[in-house]
Amino acid sequence: MSEGLTARTISITGHGGDEIEAYLAVPDDEVTSRGSVVVIHHMPGYDSSTKEIVRKFAANGYAALMPNLYYREAPGASPDDAAATARAQGGVPDDRLVGDVAGAAGQLRGLARSNGKVGVIGYCSGGRQSFLAACSLDLDAAVDCYGACIVNPPPAGAPVTLTPIVGMAKDLSCPLLGLFGADDKLPTPQETAELSKVLDELGKPHEFHTYEGAGHAFFAVNRPAYRPEAANDGWQRIWDFYGKYLAG
Amino acid sequence: MCTYQTERISITGSGKGATGWFALSDATVYFDHPVHAMAEHTLNIDFLNPAGGPAARVAVELTAASARELAAAIEAALASVPAELAS
Repeated sequence: MSEGLTARTISITGHGGDEIEAYLAVPDDEVTSRGSVVVIHHMPGYDSSTKEIVRKFAANGYAALMPNLYYREAPGASPDDAAATARAQGGVPDDRLVGDVAGAAGQLRGLARSNGKVGVIGYCSGGRQSFLAACSLDLDAAVDCYGACIVNPPPAGAPVTLTPIVGMAKDLSCPLLGLFGADDKLPTPQETAELSKVLDELGKPHEFHTYEGAGHAFFAVNRPAYRPEAANDGWQRIWDFYGKYLAG
Repeated sequence: MCTYQTERISITGSGKGATGWFALSDATVYFDHPVHAMAEHTLNIDFLNPAGGPAARVAVELTAASARELAAAIEAALASVPAELAS
């Protein structure tokens, strides 16, 4: 694998037919058929560190696309200003998130070398949204990185759009990989264990890993929360998981 | 963890941002991940004027201890002046 890639900002059609900004990275290789990944950014926004994750997927052979979930509230704004604006307005409504991921998935399936298989991954609030998308759309593999409020209700004061969605688990359309920190409080290991139990009862394929010594955001290389052992193992789990369900 | 919690209030005053002074109409206060401060969580305050767009913002990210000291300092400063001046 050359790890060569091309990345650029594009416009895609999201929820409600809205044109929104998105960041696309595609491998520079001769592979004629490849899988794709929709990357859902964390609550701090459509930022450079998450664009780096998009490029990482392309460097590893996947076309990857990240919609700017805050584009409507703050087109052209810096990521931190956009995140603050979206937060002040109550966050991203669930139906809009699903529509934006659907638009991104459609864009990826339309790429010349797409094999038609699309996975989704999200971090932080995006972890919950990855599960939400996988329960709402026909996808091929979903990764939830420390997403909270899937089983438990959000804390008091949270945006009104954030409600538990475990009841949607029966509609989960694809295998789910969950990567969590044992020291995290949102979600707690108890919450993710409950989700695993629900998926077991429904016969939904899933694979959860909870890392000791890691808390929330352990993948974030530019934050004090970074835990290299957990992150390195987590990335390997992701490559194995997507290799199994998105290849070919 | 993401706390998701957000307190939002209406305010009257002015702030100085990247493009100079502007009127403030709103503030959000939340304890969550910072963008810049090297701490896992900080008390974040955004002083905003939504009518001026997303960049009409003055942001601070404070450790919990610093935020408490700031809150106490604000109360102390207000308490030290005659009530009719700080109503």
